[in-house]
Amino acid sequence: MESEQHRSAASVRAVEIGVAVVIFLFGVLVVFDSYRLGARWGDDGPQAGYFPFYIGLLLCLSGGVILWRAFRNTGLAAESFVERAQLKLILTVLIPTVVYVGFIAYLGFYVASILFIAYFMKRIGKYSLLMAALVSVGISVAFFLTFEIWFSVPLPKGPLEAALGLG
Amino acid sequence: MEEFNALMQGFGVALSPFNLLLMFVGVVLGIIVGVLPGLGGANAVAILLPLTFSMAQQPGGTTSAIILLSCIYWGALFGGAITSILFNIPGEPWSVATTFDGHPLAQKGRAGAALTAAFTSSFFGALVAVIMITFLSPVVAKFALEFGPPEFFGVYLLTFCAFVGMSGENAFKTIASMMIGFALAAVGLDSVTGTLRLTFGFTSLLKGFDFLIAVIGLFGIGEILQTLEEGLAFKGASAKINLKVVLETWKELPRYWATSLRAAAVGCFMGIVPGGATPASFMSYGMAQRFSKDGKKFGTGMVEGVVAPETAAHAAGTAALLPMITLGVPGSPTAAVLLGGLLIWGLQPGPLLFIEKPDFVWGLIASMYLGNIAGLIVVLTCVPLFAAILRIPFSIIAPVIMVICAMGAYTVHNSMFDVYLMVVFGVIGYIFKKLDYPLAPLVLALVLGDRAEENFRNAIKGSQGDLLVFFSNGLVGGLTTLALLLLFWPAIKAGWRAARGKR
Repeated sequence: MESEQHRSAASVRAVEIGVAVVIFLFGVLVVFDSYRLGARWGDDGPQAGYFPFYIGLLLCLSGGVILWRAFRNTGLAAESFVERAQLKLILTVLIPTVVYVGFIAYLGFYVASILFIAYFMKRIGKYSLLMAALVSVGISVAFFLTFEIWFSVPLPKGPLEAALGLG
Repeated sequence: MEEFNALMQGFGVALSPFNLLLMFVGVVLGIIVGVLPGLGGANAVAILLPLTFSMAQQPGGTTSAIILLSCIYWGALFGGAITSILFNIPGEPWSVATTFDGHPLAQKGRAGAALTAAFTSSFFGALVAVIMITFLSPVVAKFALEFGPPEFFGVYLLTFCAFVGMSGENAFKTIASMMIGFALAAVGLDSVTGTLRLTFGFTSLLKGFDFLIAVIGLFGIGEILQTLEEGLAFKGASAKINLKVVLETWKELPRYWATSLRAAAVGCFMGIVPGGATPASFMSYGMAQRFSKDGKKFGTGMVEGVVAPETAAHAAGTAALLPMITLGVPGSPTAAVLLGGLLIWGLQPGPLLFIEKPDFVWGLIASMYLGNIAGLIVVLTCVPLFAAILRIPFSIIAPVIMVICAMGAYTVHNSMFDVYLMVVFGVIGYIFKKLDYPLAPLVLALVLGDRAEENFRNAIKGSQGDLLVFFSNGLVGGLTTLALLLLFWPAIKAGWRAARGKR
């Protein structure tokens, strides 16, 4: 069972190659756009694309070198970038975070935060629904007071606040 | 000396009741933030920066704001040591070296000694750096008044080449990281030609990428994700720090005066030449190990092994502010964020700042002394309190940290897009950290990219396209040559070694 948990989800080599390719492609993108803008000497100085052009070139160069090195270093294939169990843990936090951020636009910051914190407490902390609700609402209200009232910094609000007349 | 007078005036500014209150608040916040993984010094300053906007509008407000932010910085420097020693979790990248001997000490039951040693060394390192800043910065600033676009670009070039040159075998990853930062900095409206660059028709990219978002994502979310690999909990040793332990440790510390001085020197140097607190702490640990009589015992829990990295890290972190205020070149990611803050508040960091706003500059320098003293007192008395923060169950504290980060990201430009971006940067930060792509050059390039390009363009325009303008006088020539030397240093070293080997 131990070996199953520690099985690698991705080898270092695979991820290194992937990242290097992305960097290279990003460099190509930058070079293209710089070329479009003009990467040479204009009438009164360097054109807009001059500086980014060379940045893009360096991106391609470094991406290429890293890629080549990763290819040659087959030893990296044996190293694990992240184990399955670890990846699971990371996704356990990352996915709810992405959902949370997605919700902010619709539910407003404070309501989304209440749901987010409560979710964590219930699902991962195994607290009761009541505890989760109390703590998350308490924290959100504290944030509300700190940000809206003390610092006067407005955060996005949603239907609940509108209904309560707090928007 | 006129520096002394100016400093006294600065103390006058810094010692107002409001500013003193801010100092304590800042230090406490900073320590809390330094203790929590995911909310580091750079990150915390980035999140709290937008909140200082209203403060900065009032007269004298910018001084108060920078005092608050820099005290958060000191607090974070202190706080990183707490988690390193007690939990073996470096709260900051520069506290990693502190875990080597700090945690074993805690496990041996000597957590109090380790903590005292760490805090006192930090204080000493920072003090040395601040004294250096007090006397060196007016000199550097006066010197820098002679700087024109070529000289400024030379300084930036030196900064970036130093990063690449000192990164050893990681050189290409450093270059890649840096270029990504530059590319991101170039996105958006080009102020000189008025054209849109790299936006590909997306209106949300009009404003370009804000370094604050990158910092919160890369250093905040990214770090939390990395900590998660160890499990969804923070376990650690208990901390009992009482007066007896403090005094005992203080009696032991003077033994390591050589190590401390060496570490402080390393730290000051690394802070100015942008290397940052992290390499400073490692270098200092390595040097201490080599030079110490007990070198072989390092790693098992030697107090000296805590003194060296902490002194260096604090000295570097503080010294990084010297080039920031005098030249406008930040020596570390947190200094970069502080620089960004200055720009947002409408100040022009650089030599003119000393002349135009002496109150601000000297108030800041005075607060460095006071903030460090405040930090030492707070931290020595309240360690168990801060350590207890990490005992708050993970399921509560993790989402709260995420919420704070999201809040910080949003308040920069009141834009939800930035919050999404933050998450993306978070994933990038996680992957980059694991693959050893250094993040500091990325952030520095993002902050300085536009200004570096502007100076480059102005320099070239002035010389009608002649690249040799960068060798036109002793200063610029010196800077450029040094930059190129540092850039190709690893290659030079390898070539040298190969040539000698052939004999």
